[in-house]
Amino acid sequence: MENQKKRQAAYMKRSLLDQGYLDEQFIHLEELQDDANPNFVEEVVKSYYTDSARYVRNIELALENGPYDFARLDNMMYQFKGSSSSIGARRVKRQCSQFQEYCNAKNIEGCRNIFQEVKQEYDTLKTKLETYFQLLQQKCYYREHMI
Amino acid sequence: MEMAQELHVLAVDDSHVDRKVIERLLKISCCKVTAVESGTRALQYLGLDGEKSSMGIDGLKVNLILTDYSMPGMTGYELLKKIKSSLTVNDAFILVEQESSVLSKIPVVIMSSEKILPRIDRCLEEGAEEFLLKPVKLSDVKRLRDFILRGEGDDNKETEKNIKQVCSRKRKFQDDLATQSMLSAVVTVHDIELSSPESSESQQPLSKQSKIG
Repeated sequence: MENQKKRQAAYMKRSLLDQGYLDEQFIHLEELQDDANPNFVEEVVKSYYTDSARYVRNIELALENGPYDFARLDNMMYQFKGSSSSIGARRVKRQCSQFQEYCNAKNIEGCRNIFQEVKQEYDTLKTKLETYFQLLQQKCYYREHMI
Repeated sequence: MEMAQELHVLAVDDSHVDRKVIERLLKISCCKVTAVESGTRALQYLGLDGEKSSMGIDGLKVNLILTDYSMPGMTGYELLKKIKSSLTVNDAFILVEQESSVLSKIPVVIMSSEKILPRIDRCLEEGAEEFLLKPVKLSDVKRLRDFILRGEGDDNKETEKNIKQVCSRKRKFQDDLATQSMLSAVVTVHDIELSSPESSESQQPLSKQSKIG
């Protein structure tokens, strides 16, 4: 039973890497885990989604009405992109870069459109990672119930 | 064998996620970590902000400062300048102390997700030890640790070797301890349910599959 879940998790991770949702930074984070800190990556990812919700909200508000402060938009996106990069969120990071290019070009419509893409990738990744971590947790059944 | 002292690193980053990651990287490299969210907090900790701090720098000596470049308020560059130009009351009373006791001599390393050459040059000119590109890797941190170790104390080579040995032994001990308690828990369940015992191999967590170099 456990081997099956382990295989599914490994397969899913491979797939996320191949499809470009994640990059090698995610692997580097997993390498920092050990038996004493088995859920480090899940904790970091949880932090990421909690913390970055603020950035998403603020960017959304800033995109609503003029006058548009492109420097501020760029700065907010820079911070959001940094966190995304830290967890290996490759597709999210790429859309963030696109957004910054539209900021530089002072193209508000471009910013708005690409931000929809950013949010979509952000949400999609969240769902996929939740599934992945659930698969990993399944194999820890004994650990959780006995210790 | 003498217990080598752990290096104490002050990490400065406004991103909570990045602080979590850098903390983990440093702990794995057997460093004590103090992580703060801003340059202002860092200066408070170091006792440089003019106010009386409850943390005396002599009580908790900092061996390395690792700071993000882009932070709201005070940038990492501004923090670097303040540290490198600092002259505290402590300096006046240092007679035979090691050079590294002086705040301005503490190595400062800048981290940034942007590789902007003029920025890097400016930091190095201002006295930064090194410039790391984010996301920071374990190999970067280990390299920094080894560099700092070489600069600390008289028996540099011995201290460096000791810390490396203790560090790898510590990690193995923690791993073994956790694996053992997990294994005995599984054995208990199987004893009760009388099902066939799983091999110890299947107990290996995913993270063990790829070992870091």
